Amino acid sequence: MSIKIDRDKCISCGRCRNICPGNLIETDEAGKAVMKYPSECWGCTACLKECPAGAVRYYLGADIGGRGGYLFTGNHSDHTDWFIVSADGTKYQIKISKKESNRY
Amino acid sequence: MTGLKLAIQTVETDVLIIGGGTAGCFCALTISENSNLQVVIAEKANIKRSGCLAAGVNALNAYIGRGETPESFVDYVKRDSEGIIREDLVYSIAKRLNIVTEKLEDLGLTILKDKNGDYVPRGKRSIKINGENIKPILAQAAAEKDNITVLNHVNIVDYLVRDGCVIGALGFSLRGNRIYQIYAKKTVCAAGGAAGLYKPNNPTFSKHKMWYSPFNTGAGYAIGIRAGAEMTSFEMRFIALRCKDTIAPTGTIAQGIKTVQVNAGGEEYVEQYGRPSTHIRLYATVMENRKGNGPCFLKTEGITDEQQMELFKAYLNMAPAQTLKWLERNTGPGRENVEIEGTEPYIVGGHTAGGYWVDHHRRTTLKNLYAIGDAAGGSPKKYVTGCLAEGQIAALSILEDIKVAQIIKRDDNRIKEQVKYLSRFLENNGSLHPITEVEEAMQKVMDEYAGGIASAYGYSSAKLGIAARRIDELLIIADTLKASNLRQLLAIFEIIDRLYVCKVLIRHLEARRETRWRCYQENIDYPQKDDKNWQKYVNSVFKDGNVEIIFRELVGRDAVYEHKN
Repeated sequence: MSIKIDRDKCISCGRCRNICPGNLIETDEAGKAVMKYPSECWGCTACLKECPAGAVRYYLGADIGGRGGYLFTGNHSDHTDWFIVSADGTKYQIKISKKESNRY
Repeated sequence: MTGLKLAIQTVETDVLIIGGGTAGCFCALTISENSNLQVVIAEKANIKRSGCLAAGVNALNAYIGRGETPESFVDYVKRDSEGIIREDLVYSIAKRLNIVTEKLEDLGLTILKDKNGDYVPRGKRSIKINGENIKPILAQAAAEKDNITVLNHVNIVDYLVRDGCVIGALGFSLRGNRIYQIYAKKTVCAAGGAAGLYKPNNPTFSKHKMWYSPFNTGAGYAIGIRAGAEMTSFEMRFIALRCKDTIAPTGTIAQGIKTVQVNAGGEEYVEQYGRPSTHIRLYATVMENRKGNGPCFLKTEGITDEQQMELFKAYLNMAPAQTLKWLERNTGPGRENVEIEGTEPYIVGGHTAGGYWVDHHRRTTLKNLYAIGDAAGGSPKKYVTGCLAEGQIAALSILEDIKVAQIIKRDDNRIKEQVKYLSRFLENNGSLHPITEVEEAMQKVMDEYAGGIASAYGYSSAKLGIAARRIDELLIIADTLKASNLRQLLAIFEIIDRLYVCKVLIRHLEARRETRWRCYQENIDYPQKDDKNWQKYVNSVFKDGNVEIIFRELVGRDAVYEHKN
């Protein structure tokens, strides 16, 4: 389980590197963010929520059942859009208001 | 490759807080709101998303709900922990739980309320929230205070000690080649608990997909151990019952939709193993698997589409891997039961009782040093609000204690020695062992010889003896490790700190000659609970290279415990 940063979408703002609680993200010569230690990711999604460009994808390793699906987020002041693409390409979108409590 | 050169930066402050997680941030806020004292938070990552709540939290699980009282809360914690708690500490926390919850709401946390404006209960001691942004909320509040300075990306490696007093701490920056020498009148350890001691559930690529933050590597305990602080109850490990592979919480389902645990045959199995306390629900699952009745599940098949959607959302708010796992297969808990498993063991003072031995004011046995949150022992089931309460208690103690305190400095030669100690990992050459190899060796030893998953959490004195020897050998190897950059230097300290925690943990496991808590402390040589001889705390002090065990009598609810000896 880890994250992958889309180099083409990355705008070199450095926010993911600055937020990662494991200090796992570094920048390359061109200033683009790179996940340097993919097997050390906790999966907290802090970087997804921080990224203004939607460049960070979150996926499950094959060792815990990952089959190629992934998740990314769209962040807004009052809500978060969660986009999930399943292994067969089916797309899901779940919108969660920051003012809405968990029911459970 | 020649080593990096590290410059020294000296900082002076009234209060140094090590660790900007939930407890640390709240302690800083309390001090700031009640005084003009200067506070420095030293944080190894970024306080906006650091500590164990980086992803968020699913509920507030320590709250005095309707019909409950602080007294009934202590009774519950005592019962669930088989009697070995510091009732005085738990009671002092219980009396503040609702106060800090309101404060959290004032800061901006969303808490579900009914039409009368009352919090909606999730359980007797639990309320419903949206906790996804709990850390950004606390970090923002800290950022708005003029007298709080946050040093992000600074990893503390040891206390500064003079004449038995803690006078600050030493660390290094991950962002510039700098060593920080921080002097403080009072120091608070809020550096969390210890993950990564044992071989994890997912030992390969997803090795960090674990219950507790893998970045909480027991640094808070280790720096205290090395400085000679008294520790308590490490043998009461914490092992979580979680959703298989994703290690997402089970309580969200179990409490949310009131479901039950079933084995592969569809039978409810928990109650045949005893009163269903936290550790018995886990133990029952381990035993069913050993008997060949596994896998075990939370029975969710047949829940409504609406319930399923609420579970998708609840998990996205704190453990998104679980929702991804369902949806990437186009399935969900309504269609299939959720498999569950026990995690590897952790030491974590917010859930069980391991941590610093503290007095009523959260002073440790080292002068001028306090401990709070997961770092402080004796009071299980603090959870988020209990950690906030403890941050508040320590802050109020400091406001009193600091009136007569002053900054003490040490002689300059000491800093040279410590710079040399830090720098040698950058200068080491020719280590046979890569950093991760030592980590994996430690986790293998603990798994096989100190009661990990491999042995269904059981251990014996003979096995612990092997574990103790191997951990000492690994400490020697760790000294030879080579860091080529600051991130690797951090990784080396994360291993050294865990090895110290393991060393103490092994002695605690050996010292309690009974089995008090199923799975948490499963002593195969003494498989029964022994109330006659073991209603006491197992404490320890690291001295001259050895872990010395101290037994202490139980402390009652109304005691005002002060350190005497």
